[in-house]
Amino acid sequence: MSGLGQHLPALQVVVPILVAPMVVLLRPRGLAWAASTAASVLAFVIAIELTLQVLGAGPVGYLMGSWPAPYGIELRVDALSALLLLVVTGASTVALVGGRQSLDAQIEADRQPYFFAAWLLALAGLSGILVAADAFNIFVFMEISSLASYVLIAGGPDRRALPSVFKYLIMGTIGATFYLIGVGLIYMMTGTLNLADMELRIHAVGDLTPILAAAGFITVGLALKAAIFPLHVWLPNAYTYAPHMATAFLAACSTKVSLYVLLRFDFFVFQGNLEGHDLQFAIYLMPLAVLGILVGSAVAMFERNIKRLLAFSSVAQIGYMMLGASLVSIAGLTAGILHIFNHALAKGTLFLAVASFAMVAAGLRLNELSGIARRMPWTFGAFVVAGLSLIGIPGTAGFVSKWYLIMAVMELGPAGVPLVAVILISSLMAVVYIWRIVEVACFAKTEEQGSSAIAVSPLMIVVTWLAALANIYFGLAPALPLTLSGDAAAELLRHLP
Amino acid sequence: MELLGLYHYWVFAILLMTGFYAVVAKLNLFKKLIGLSLFQAAVFLLYITMSKVDGGTAPIFSGAADAVFSNPLPQVLILTAIVVGISTTALGLGIVVRIKEEYGSIEEDEIQEIDRR
Repeated sequence: MSGLGQHLPALQVVVPILVAPMVVLLRPRGLAWAASTAASVLAFVIAIELTLQVLGAGPVGYLMGSWPAPYGIELRVDALSALLLLVVTGASTVALVGGRQSLDAQIEADRQPYFFAAWLLALAGLSGILVAADAFNIFVFMEISSLASYVLIAGGPDRRALPSVFKYLIMGTIGATFYLIGVGLIYMMTGTLNLADMELRIHAVGDLTPILAAAGFITVGLALKAAIFPLHVWLPNAYTYAPHMATAFLAACSTKVSLYVLLRFDFFVFQGNLEGHDLQFAIYLMPLAVLGILVGSAVAMFERNIKRLLAFSSVAQIGYMMLGASLVSIAGLTAGILHIFNHALAKGTLFLAVASFAMVAAGLRLNELSGIARRMPWTFGAFVVAGLSLIGIPGTAGFVSKWYLIMAVMELGPAGVPLVAVILISSLMAVVYIWRIVEVACFAKTEEQGSSAIAVSPLMIVVTWLAALANIYFGLAPALPLTLSGDAAAELLRHLP
Repeated sequence: MELLGLYHYWVFAILLMTGFYAVVAKLNLFKKLIGLSLFQAAVFLLYITMSKVDGGTAPIFSGAADAVFSNPLPQVLILTAIVVGISTTALGLGIVVRIKEEYGSIEEDEIQEIDRR
């Protein structure tokens, strides 16, 4: 590795954020797409290299401008951030490489450079949250990524995206402002913004009431951003009316990055300092997780628009991740973090396939998708594989994380039995809603409606299948995400006896 | 007297809740954005007020050994947060303009009514 190798944590953010303004200037058709795809691929390569470094030698630290840590700005990539960096950059790359045709169909040519600039800013913001090691930079990157994703969601041709994105903007800003209040209260008591330093200095704080209030503000604010039930109301409409490729990108990673910050604060900063914090965290969040799982799956069963259906399924899946975290045990947290990765694989693939359907079918309501399996068998095959992964069929990635989640719940003893029941019932509901789509797509009578001469580009099919095969690969050989999430859980819970 | 002595925190709390009320209770999207700006401005005040040291001056080194300085860092942070707030408001207003173009209304209930049709 040359001298550039040690700057990777910074380059992870710098590459997309520098390419973003350049993309705006690239007027000739296709150039903006090519440049942003190249930047995204480069970011993905950097993330892979960082993951290898983390696996080899532990967390990678980086001091901006070589100023020492609590005074200067520190970047830090550990197992948890490496795993999420893979998810974020991977989702962006896959959606961009495969999504050109779909994006060309949905975004007018003269607006494309702006759209891609917003895309890269979202990518930079999300990566920035993951590499930043201090609370205020996390806030700034959070707002960069949020503002850019509002633009992405509103960028499509569907006018219903506008009221949805307005709602998202209001709720997202309230969430971020709550987070800012929390950080302010901590700064008031400790005088530091660096997370590691913060954790140490809270020990010395006499009156912990402001810290407790800060924990409340930060947890609620981030729960809003992460769409944890019942704060998920912005999510279904935003995902439904966004351009299909933007949905594939954001659904795979944006809420999970907020979840990452939540875990980082609650476990890394507060866990060792607030008495009974683990208990409070479990008592408040476990019921919400369970409700989220049940309500999200139940609504998905009756939803008629396929994108809304998958969006509600996302609400349920976020519930699984929270359930794992709210067990506050190494096994539970490992399962929750593993599910972040596996759900991104499954949901990303599903939304990629949906984007292909949208180009051929008349619309995305279930009855408009009738017979789609016969018209595009390859894409539908990939959809089914990812659907099986979402349900948690053995041999797919989804099974691995659900298995670990059930094992973690069983550690509770008899108290865990109802939770196992919840996981099983929700998986059955997932069978129902995926089956509804399969049934319509394979067995319903095809009405030849309108011209469907458009063929989906082979590149799109290849990318969708690559994503689907990743679901199977990580179902059979889950070593990489499992090691990373195990390390991450151990690191987050190091205060626990 | 203890409670009154902390009056700047009361300003923060009241401003915060006023803004929050507008965001939640108003149906006009424009008024919601005004509420959101108030909500954010309240947090700016929280940061500014915490950095003030009694009798403190601007942190410029003058050579006096007993000089008391206010903490400049929160002000720098809030400068960034203000920029974020402005961008959010600008984007929000842009979306409201687009909504007005598409729906011909900026009342939340009317927009929902139009979408339901």
